[in-house]
Parts: sequence; C-alpha cells; structure tokens
Amino acid sequence: MSAKSNGSAATPVLYTVLLAVAIAAPFFVYPQFLMRGLCLALFASAFNLLLGYVGLLSFGHAAFFGFAAYVTGHLAKFGTVFLPYFTPFSTPRLHWLEIPMPPWTPELAILGGAFAATLLGLIIGGIAIRRQGIYFAMVTLALAQMLYFFCVQAPFTHGEDGIQAIPRGYLFGAIDMNNSLSMYYFVLAAFILCFLIIQRTIHSPFGQTLKAIRENEPRAISLGYNADRYKLLAFVISAGLAGVAGSLFALVFQIATLNNVHWHTSGEVVLMTLLGGMGTVLGPMVGAFLVAGIQQYLAAFGAWVSIFQGIIFVACVLLFRRGIVGEIQAFRRGGNKAEEEAPAPAVTSHSAAPSPAGE
Amino acid sequence: MSSIWAFLGIPPQALFGQLMVGLINGAFYAMLSLGLALIFGMLNIINFAHGALYMMGAFAAYFLLNFFGIGYWPALLLAPLIVGAFGMVIERLFLKQLYGLDHLYGLLLTFGLALILEGVFRELYGSSGLPYAPPPELTGGYNLGFMYLPTYRGWVVVASAIVCIGTWLLIEKTRLGAYLRAATENPALVQAFGINVPAMITLTYGLGVALAAFAGVLAAPIYSVNPLMGSNLIIIVFAVVVIGGMGSILGSVITGFMLGLLEGLTKVFYPEASNTVIFVVMAIVLLIKPQGLFGRAN
Amino acid sequence: MKKLTVLAAALALSASYGAANAQVSGDTVKIGVLNDQSGPYSDLAGKGSFIAAQMAAEDFGGKVLGKPIEIITADHQNKPDIASNIANQWIDTENVDAIVDVPTSSVALAIQEITKNKNRVHINSGAASSDLTGKNCSPTGVHWTYDTYALAKGTGGTLVKEGGDSWFFITADYAFGHALERDTTAAVTAAGGKVVGAVRHPFPGTTDFSSFLLQAQSSGAKVVGIANAGTDTINTIKQAGEFGLVAGGQKLAGLLVFLSDVHSLGLKTAQGLVVTDGWYWDRDDETRAFAKKFAARNGGKMPTMVQAGVYSGISHYLKAIDAAKTDEAKAAVAKMKELPINDFFAKNGKVREDGRMVHDMLLVQVKKPEESKGPWDYYKILSVIPGDEAYRPMKAEFGCSLVK
Repeated sequence: MSAKSNGSAATPVLYTVLLAVAIAAPFFVYPQFLMRGLCLALFASAFNLLLGYVGLLSFGHAAFFGFAAYVTGHLAKFGTVFLPYFTPFSTPRLHWLEIPMPPWTPELAILGGAFAATLLGLIIGGIAIRRQGIYFAMVTLALAQMLYFFCVQAPFTHGEDGIQAIPRGYLFGAIDMNNSLSMYYFVLAAFILCFLIIQRTIHSPFGQTLKAIRENEPRAISLGYNADRYKLLAFVISAGLAGVAGSLFALVFQIATLNNVHWHTSGEVVLMTLLGGMGTVLGPMVGAFLVAGIQQYLAAFGAWVSIFQGIIFVACVLLFRRGIVGEIQAFRRGGNKAEEEAPAPAVTSHSAAPSPAGE
Repeated sequence: MSSIWAFLGIPPQALFGQLMVGLINGAFYAMLSLGLALIFGMLNIINFAHGALYMMGAFAAYFLLNFFGIGYWPALLLAPLIVGAFGMVIERLFLKQLYGLDHLYGLLLTFGLALILEGVFRELYGSSGLPYAPPPELTGGYNLGFMYLPTYRGWVVVASAIVCIGTWLLIEKTRLGAYLRAATENPALVQAFGINVPAMITLTYGLGVALAAFAGVLAAPIYSVNPLMGSNLIIIVFAVVVIGGMGSILGSVITGFMLGLLEGLTKVFYPEASNTVIFVVMAIVLLIKPQGLFGRAN
Repeated sequence: MKKLTVLAAALALSASYGAANAQVSGDTVKIGVLNDQSGPYSDLAGKGSFIAAQMAAEDFGGKVLGKPIEIITADHQNKPDIASNIANQWIDTENVDAIVDVPTSSVALAIQEITKNKNRVHINSGAASSDLTGKNCSPTGVHWTYDTYALAKGTGGTLVKEGGDSWFFITADYAFGHALERDTTAAVTAAGGKVVGAVRHPFPGTTDFSSFLLQAQSSGAKVVGIANAGTDTINTIKQAGEFGLVAGGQKLAGLLVFLSDVHSLGLKTAQGLVVTDGWYWDRDDETRAFAKKFAARNGGKMPTMVQAGVYSGISHYLKAIDAAKTDEAKAAVAKMKELPINDFFAKNGKVREDGRMVHDMLLVQVKKPEESKGPWDYYKILSVIPGDEAYRPMKAEFGCSLVK
C-alpha cells in the first residue's frame, strides 16, 4: 500500500524523465558502467519483489543471478546442452548427457538462462519456504552456497576460470551486439520489460494477496489462501527475473564466473535494496546504481569495496531503515510522527506474526 | 583385517586420516555453532559476524606473538578475552539499538560488520595468510600404524571437546547459567527479580564471541592466519545450526562434531560431494523435520 | 587508480623533434601493471612488478618518441571478472596502450582476449599457462618469462631420470594448475614414468591441504607433484612435513617455486628442492647490478624472475615502439618479434611468431642452510637449459592460429 500511495500525480512525469535520461545517458557516461547499473537494478528489483512485497529475506539470490549467467554464457558460446544424471553404483557416479547444438543467439541464450534460474528457484524455494524469518535467510544462504560448490566442480562452468570470451552475438541473428550502443539499448529494453512485469505482478490480485500474507499470514491462511503456494510462486518469479539480470550481465561483460554465485553477490543485492529503500519501486534502482558506482571506482583497490559496503549496511540499519527513496517518500508525506518512528513496512511483519520455531 | 580394507577398496590410512580431518573440522563447527546458539538464545540475533570474530581470534594470537612476544598458551586465554571484550563493545554500541525490531535487522547489521572487519584485515594483511607456528610442545606427530597423526591436530579435538563441555556445564549447572536460561525464557520476570538483564545480554554476547575467538586461536597453526578464514566457514556453520535446531546447546555441539565426521567420510567415499554434503543433509532435515534435529516443535 | 607520471609532461612536449612523423596515441605511452597485490601471488609479482616497471620507464629516459611514459597499476585479486572490468576501463576510458605482468593464468587468458579484441599490447610475465602461446595466442600478446611447458620439461623430466617414476599431483583448480598438470604429465610419461592420480584444490582460498596430502600419501606414488604456486605451494610443502610425507619416503616436487617462496619457507624446509627458474638474481654481474638497484627500492627484497621479466619486457616494448615509430599494438609487437633481446634477463632471446619469448632456463637446487653465504643466497645452478630445448616447439598442432 505504502508503495503506491505516494505522489501518484508526479509519477508519469518522473518516469518519462527517467526514460529520457536513460536513452540519452550512453552518450555522456561510459556505457559499460550504465549496463552494469541496469543489470544490477533489475537484479535488485527482482529481489525487492520478494523482500519488499512478500517480506521474505533471501540471502541466496546470487544463486539465480550467477547460475543464469553461466547457462547463458555457455549457450551463447558453445550451445551444446549437458544434462546430469547419476549412476549410484559405478564410478564415476556423475555423468553428463550431451545434446550437441550450435551456439544460441543472445535472446535465446537469455531465455535459456532465465529458464534455468526459474527451475532453480522452484527447487530452492520449495525447500526454503518451509522456514520463516531468520531461518529462511539462513536456509537460502546455505542452499546458494551449495550451488556455489556445485559450480566450482561442474565442468561446464570451467571452475575458477569461469566462462570467458562469451560472444555477444547477433540479436535475432541480425543486429551486431558488439556495438556497445546496441547492446546498451537492448539491455535497457529488457530492463523495462522486466520492470513492467514486476509492476504488473505487484498490482495484480496475486500481488495484493502477497501483501495480505506479508501483513498477517495466519489470517490470510484462515481466509482460505494457500500461503505457501503464493510465497513459492513469488519466489520463483523473483528467481527467474534475477536470472534475466544475470544472463544480461554475462553478455555485457562477456564473462561468467564464480563471483556471480558467491555469497558476496547475495549480500550486494540485499545492500542495494536496503540502501535504495525496500518496498519502493525506485529504491532498488537507486541502490543498484550507487553500489555499481562504488564497485566501479573502488574496483582496483580490492578490500575497500567490501569495507565501504559494510559501512553502508551498518549505516542503513542504524540510521535510515527505509532507505534513500523510502526516506524521501516519508519526508514528502510530511512528518507524521507515528509513521516516522515505524521501521520500514516489509520486515516488521515477522515480529508481529507468530514467532518462528526454535526460539 | 586387511581383507576388510581390500573389500572396501580404501586404504585404512585414507579412511582414518580423512575421519581425523573431519573430526577437526567438526570441532570448529561445534565451537562456532555453540557460540551462535548461545547468542541466538539470548539476543535473538543470528550473528553473521561470528566468522569474522573467529578470524580476529587468530589475528589476536598473531599480534600477541609478533608484537608482544606472547606465545601460544597465554594467547589461548588472552585472545578470547580481548576479542570477547571487543564483542561486548559491539553489542553496547550497535546491537543494543536493534532490540525490539525484527530479527532480520540483526542479521543485516552483523553482516555489515563482517564485511567491514574482513575488509580491513584484508586491506592490511592481504589474503594469502600469515604463518603461525604451533607451540613446540605440540609439534611432531605419532605414527599410529594406520595413520600419521600430527600432535597439534589431536590437541585441537581434545581442547574443543573440553571447551564445549565446559560451556555446557556453565549453562546447565551453575547459578549464572540458571539466570541466563531464565532470562532467555522470560527477560521481564528475571529483571523483576533484580537481575541486570542488559548486562547479562552483553555478557552472553561476549561469551559467544570469546568461543569464536578461542576457535580462531586453535585454528591459527592449522589454517594459517587469514582474513578470509571465517567467511566461508560461517555459512557451513549456519547450515549446521539449521540442522541441529537452535533450541539446545548440547544439540549444536553434537551436530557440529557429527557433521564434521560425515564430511570426512564423504571425502573418502565420494570426494566430489564433500563440500556439499552438509547442505544436502540440511535440505533433507528441512523436508522431514523443519525445526531441526534438536529443535523444539512450535 | 594509482597513477605515476614518470616525467613531467612539460618536458616531453618540449622534445618536439622526431615526434613529427611518429604516432603515439593519446600523446602518452601508458602501461598498466595488472597483478595480484594482496593475495597468494603478491610477493612474487605485486608491488615489486610495479617498481620494476617504473625502473624500466626511468632507465629508458622517461619518454619514447618524445612522449612521456606513464605507468599505472591495479590489484586484480586473481579474479578474471574483476580483471576484465579493470582492463576494459583502462583501455576505454584511460587509453592504456599495454597491460603487463598479469599473473594467474585464468586472468591472463581473459586479458589476452580483451587486448586482442581491442588491439592493445599484452606482455605477460607472471602467468604460466602455455596456452597463452598455444590455442589462446594473440598477435598483440607476448609471453615473456616462463611457461608450464618449460617448467614441466625441466623439473618433471629431471626427477623421472633420478628414479621418481610414479607421480601424484596436487593441483590448483584453474587454468594454470590444469596446464601445469597436463604438461608435466606429458613430460613424465615421455621420460618413462607414470601418473597414478591427481587431486584438485580450490583457488584462491585453500589454506588447509591436509585432506589432499592424505590422498597423495595413500596413493603410494614416489613423487608428489605440487602443481600450484605462491603461498599455496608454501603451505602444501609445510603441511606435507606435518603429515610425514617426506619422512615416509615420498619426494615433493614443487613444479613452480619462486625465489620469494623459498624465502618464506626458509632454507631448512626448502633445502634440496629442484626447481626450474627463468632467471636468478645471483647469476652474473649484470643480474646482480639490476637486483641491487631493485632491492634498494623494494625493501631489500631481491627480484623474482617475474619482476625481472616485467622490466625486461617493458624495456623491449619501448625499444620496439622507438624503432617502429608508433605505439600501435600490432606494429609494436611485430617489431618486438624482429628485434633480438640482449639484456641482463636474456642473452639472444627472441620473441617467436606465436608470442613466446624464448630464452635459456635454469635448473637450480635450493642450497642447504650451511651452504648459503648470506641473505637471498638460495640457489645453486645445476644446469642451463637452452631456450630451444626448454620451450615447446612452435607447431600448428598446439593450436596457435599465428603459426602456419
């Protein structure tokens, strides 16, 4: 509710301006940086769908982002599909069924990556939604780490080397994506499409039900909603969109590595959302571009990126829990003291809801 | 005997050696998950900085040796005290402000702290690790016939078992422990009896952190002193905690040792899965008994 | 990014002669030293390579074709994606002409690809993979100091001749480890030995090698080949002592051991190791002169072969620009291939068509503590392996498209 109620008259103007800025930006700013920002913004928006609107803090979203990057990278570079199967009684136990195919065009490779992430979301989500709150966060983190170790060993990821020199290819077999402007506008278009999907989800009856579950899960259940199924579906959508972000990332930077599936990346997406403002529409984007800026300018200085991100985390939690956009909205709504004191809407619900097991 | 080994297709050296390595890892899982469970019981916070504080324990030992000439044995006592005190400062300065908010904020804050601590040490000391020699009394090893056991590694298992049991006795059998348990159940009531609950909270956090630091000192001669030594370990320990359930102190210790052994066994029979076996167990436990092996059903 | 303008630009502008027909992009020759400055390879390359690069620029006079030479540096943290990001930025927004050093083979392969596509020079000193001049070769890439093939030939071949005919590998799980294991396996088999097993450890980030060492121990192999580098090698050798591998009769073969590793291990632990090295500081007067100058600026630490290679490679690159009258990448590298290399690093060295700089390698043995006459006196030279024998012959079957 809080996400929609603010300044609805100004919104179309704001979006038009943003779109104009986005179209003009590559002529003034280093396009690689803009594309990194857009990929991360999409990633954060997908994550925000889960945290801001369902109240689930996933600490393993890098799994979807990074795995999709691998799948897209592999499909765009090699094409051949490998399917794993096990023979439990003979060594080696793990085998790969090879389906030879030529390299895929970029749009199909991205769809392939998104599909893989969606499938993965179904598996991880199916296990993780059995716990809530802190436990949910820890379980997603642990399952993502498991995927990380899988990626270290699976041959198609090329382990520590990563998949390098991923060709950007020709969009629909025609448009040369090596041109950084066409790549940029493709990324922008994909971003806008996914953004609209997220908006549509939030404002659909489905989205309203999710909010009801967030606010009071037992009540929603007593009204006849299968809360777990709703949560799982939201998780899967979020995972799939995070997968699109990872796939775009792999094509933009032409490399897919373990860093993308590492828990630092999971932490980064939490940071972007928290910094920008969870449960707000623009917050994750603002957060993403800020974090991308930090990465860009501190990249050569190793540990400083992580120190800086840590400080922002601490500052956000202690000083402005609503995030930048959330604070601006609260300010514009005018100092309603009671609302001011309340922490951001998304996460409060759990302390109000019956506490999870094991306390 | 030899026919059994031939049947299994595994040299005894490999089996016992890997079980030993597993038991050592298990000792660290146990000490860390014990600390996490203590802190969670009292503060309702999942301490993401636990791995970083473990790392600081190792660094404290390194500093004590290289700047003050204080060796391993005093460091085993001093480093946990120093890092524990540091933990109490963190609790007073930061964590205290989050009580009453959703527990997730505690997770996020400690995650941020972990990033800062890890980053600072990485910036100052690089990521390749600093050497820390085991004390001369514990160098060398014993040839047990089926394997060669380095003395120091044997000591780690013994020391951690002692500390875990000691902590358990402290919580279950002493008056302080009784207050602690009572304050966990009903802080308001305990406060009404005139016991200083905020001080107990600080103390508990300090104790949990000190356990992590103690583990860090134990680890220093084995893993070398490395800024990143805690960051990957902590996630495995999270899985251990989820498997054990956080209701029981003893449960977290037992789970820790058991999973270490399981990992060691996997290294012998199916090395490809040794990194992931704990997470697989976690997934299975979640599907069958979501509250964990030793957790109380809600 | 840390910048260092070697000589004031004003000086360079006044030197207008000769620059009239010469072409230098961006009016400076900018060289980026990209390497590990905080991880396992920070001692063998790291800041020392940056110092070597600065020395090379200064000794060349601070400018080439009348334009200033600028050296910048960054930490790639051994991560291919971080390195790609830095390299792209360097080339796109800072007009960097050449990227040098680049240890860690996985990173080096990524940089090789980027420099090839964006037509910049890549002079690699730190990385080992022989694929840099094989299937990943590039018309603008030069591999200077050593490679896995030369290491394998030197150390692997020698040990098999001495009776170490069954091998087990402990391998770092990335491009370098794989290439070293592959090339050593070839050398061992060619000499009549056999490989009984291998185990791969994650890189970077492994500090406890005990479970890998136990596997090596139970394999019963006579030689345990340590196919990793830097602090990983140091830890493996130390922990092998802890678990009694050597006491049990197995022999350790450090396939890539740098001078800085021997320094950290100490002669007591490292004594007797047979190592293949691309360059050693205490070989003759010329090498000692460079080493003394370098050590004075590097906190008393003597240069490793990688750091010396950075100096030598940059000097040769600058000479080539001077001779080619342009800093355009393909022309400069073509000139590098034309000119012979004669400096303290290599005698009659040459850069082959596939980018391999061929020079003599040294087979050395680590001295006993009582043989060492002072700090950094670590090696005795057993033999000199002529470049043409040490390096892989240039044949089309190794996959380099530049070789017809």
